[in-house]
Amino acid sequence: MAATRFRIWRQDGAEGEGGYRDYTTEVTEGMVVLDAVHQIQAESANDLAVRWNCKAGKCGSCSAEVNGNPRLMCMTRMSDLPTDRPVTVEPMRAFPVIRDLVCDVSWNYEVKKKIQPFEPRPPDAEDGTWRIAQEDVERVQEFRKCIECFLCQDVCHVLRDHHLHEEFVGPRFFVYNAALQMHPLDTGNRLAALKQDEGIGYCNITKCCTKVCPEHITITDNAIIPLKERVVSEFYDPLKKLFRVFSGGSAA
Amino acid sequence: MEHTPYEYDVLVIGAGGAGLRAAIEVSAAGASCGVICKSLLGKAHTVMAEGGMAAAIGNVDERDDWKVHVTDTLRGGQYLSNPKMAEIHAKEAPARALELEAWGALFDRTKDGRILQRNFGGHRYPRLAHVGDRTGLEMIRTLQDHGIHRGIDFHMEYTVFRLLLDDGRVAGALAYDRERGRFRVYRAKAVVLATGGIGRAFKITSNSWEYTGDGHTLAYDAGADLIDMEFVQFHPTGMVWPPSVRGILVTEGVRGEGGILLNSDGERFLFDEIPALYKDQTADSAEEGWRYVIGDRDARRPPELLTRDHVARCIVNQIKSGKGSPHGGVYLDIAWIKEKISNSEDHIKKKLPSMYHQFKELAGLDITKEQMEVGPTTHYVMGGVRVDAESQMSTVPGLYAAGECAAGLHGANRLGGNSLSDLLVFGQRAGAYAAAFAKEQGDVRLDDAAVDAGINEALEPLEREGGEGPYQIQYELQDLMQAKVGIVRVESELEEALEEIEGLSERAKAVSATGNREYNPGWHTALDLHNLLVVSEAVTRAGLLRRESRGAQFRDDYPQKEEHFGKVNIRVARGADGEMVVEELPVEPMSDELTRLVEEMG
Repeated sequence: MAATRFRIWRQDGAEGEGGYRDYTTEVTEGMVVLDAVHQIQAESANDLAVRWNCKAGKCGSCSAEVNGNPRLMCMTRMSDLPTDRPVTVEPMRAFPVIRDLVCDVSWNYEVKKKIQPFEPRPPDAEDGTWRIAQEDVERVQEFRKCIECFLCQDVCHVLRDHHLHEEFVGPRFFVYNAALQMHPLDTGNRLAALKQDEGIGYCNITKCCTKVCPEHITITDNAIIPLKERVVSEFYDPLKKLFRVFSGGSAA
Repeated sequence: MEHTPYEYDVLVIGAGGAGLRAAIEVSAAGASCGVICKSLLGKAHTVMAEGGMAAAIGNVDERDDWKVHVTDTLRGGQYLSNPKMAEIHAKEAPARALELEAWGALFDRTKDGRILQRNFGGHRYPRLAHVGDRTGLEMIRTLQDHGIHRGIDFHMEYTVFRLLLDDGRVAGALAYDRERGRFRVYRAKAVVLATGGIGRAFKITSNSWEYTGDGHTLAYDAGADLIDMEFVQFHPTGMVWPPSVRGILVTEGVRGEGGILLNSDGERFLFDEIPALYKDQTADSAEEGWRYVIGDRDARRPPELLTRDHVARCIVNQIKSGKGSPHGGVYLDIAWIKEKISNSEDHIKKKLPSMYHQFKELAGLDITKEQMEVGPTTHYVMGGVRVDAESQMSTVPGLYAAGECAAGLHGANRLGGNSLSDLLVFGQRAGAYAAAFAKEQGDVRLDDAAVDAGINEALEPLEREGGEGPYQIQYELQDLMQAKVGIVRVESELEEALEEIEGLSERAKAVSATGNREYNPGWHTALDLHNLLVVSEAVTRAGLLRRESRGAQFRDDYPQKEEHFGKVNIRVARGADGEMVVEELPVEPMSDELTRLVEEMG
């Protein structure tokens, strides 16, 4: 490969006017987009802001939109991108920009704090340990693979287009809820919160989140839909409703 | 200038495994706690740990207990560890692992539903609790999710560049906010350093940009002792191709699951180079090695599971003698196990899912079918802040250190899996002792003049015009350390390296950073240079003084172990005139009980 053109979003602070700027850099075998961005940073844009850490798809820091697709820059190989036009790199658009490619994802950290934490059942054995079958572990390990890159939040139209951040927690936190609800030791019940505070009803299962997940978590089918079903059977099941009327309380 | 400080009983610097575990303990003790981290929460280096955490729970082999674990650790460290730390670590690791489970971590299971443990280099029995090959993610997320409900203040994307002192005792820290470039002043009765390692001082490394030796340098600048800085662990298996991924880690778990190392002649070269210290514990045929992998209790471990220092050096020798792979590595083969088990592809994907993806996506290679090319990569520093074994307090009152930035547990070489347990065991202790120290000791006073001076110094690169940019100096230092202070060292090159480091230090004092203070990587790099240069000098000077080969240090001019150096650690500290002082310090004595254990276990 040779000199490759890039269009990179530059923005001077949150209030600053943003725009694309053109750069050219030499692309060599095996390079990923993050390498090219770093090379540009070292060669011609020392103050180009970009977040990254592990460079191996494990930490979820370098989320961005590459040619319009939400991607981890460290896992997007240059050889997989078309070379007949410039490669466009811009920040995740569902979050406010802090500078250049770095955006403010702090909302996600605030949301997580509000979700009811893990609460285990009493230990199974006298030595204070539990006995869990491997298959029960595997069911939630898929959700626990999440690296919190927030690409699923970036593409979710409820957040991106409708800005319902106050009423809807987004796919990442449905996955988080699923990991807790289906945890073999957990005793908590998060269904009321999912329905009322976290807005699971807003999700109309377009599966955009599943498509962009770099960890290949089947977000919609394995996390959101089962949670929706649990919410439905908890709150809309006619028998439970009747039980609630007669018992004068809520059905657990 | 007027600065309103943030005030805490205990300030924790770093939010990887050690920092988070320390903070949780501080809050459990009822003390107020602030945590400062350079990245977003949950992105620290711990997230990349793959293989597992060593804890002698004895679920897979009941012969395992703390006594075997401590002797494995001491042997792996070539008897330069602080024996008391090794003992505490082996005794407390099981409780720390089980506690993680109570906080929501889900480890892989045995058939009867207990925590499964896997084989790793230098561990006599299967000892590593794990989750596939993403154990670090499970651990950091568990600590993070537990910690956010405990009233701890997290300051994300802040970098600490100076510790503040009050009459010799630690009193707080100065930091800048990476996002906006504002300065923050912290006042704290105790400070826990949990900043990780120094890998970015080298060109080929598995470490991220964060690993610039911050805690090492903060402690050194504050007058604390460092020890064992000559011992830098080169992990035997990093990726070597394509060039842009060079150095990215390939977990030892690949070898734990049966992966073998081959040279270009297809020879399993490690069978020819088994060190005397491990002769009795190592298989003498491929057949016995495989039996060990599948759990035959009478079999001894394959030579691929010898300690990292040894395996890395053997790989270098193969490459030097012309038996390397096309891109300057050797071959690591896990696909071969298809000869032994019928569903090998599924088995590999299940046991090593992130390795499968890493090679598939970054190198276009299917590890279930093809051999990987691997070579050594800078991975970990055994050296760090010298601490008290029980409390983790450094030689500066009120200043604690835990995890990779502390020294003592691993001696001359760390066993794989002993890091994650180190983070938890000593993170917990540092937090408990720091909280107690904060309660017992009175308030501290901040020196306004020191605050202003620190801030002005940090602003210099931005205010200086026309100077050299910081990146070139960083690259030159990384090239230098890789070439002259790497896996094979020799006096003349170490001397040259010292001279060149001095030259780079002079240039670093005159760098300019363009742009403004908001999220400006050029400015951040300019400030990191000081840390990288201090730790590089410490590694080089300590390496020069240790005129022998032991553990991670290999001296071409002194290729043997020397009895004298088996009894000393190398101490590095700042002298009265600001110069770096390096001297020998006797190794901490071993208790009679441990001495007996070491003799019994052979």
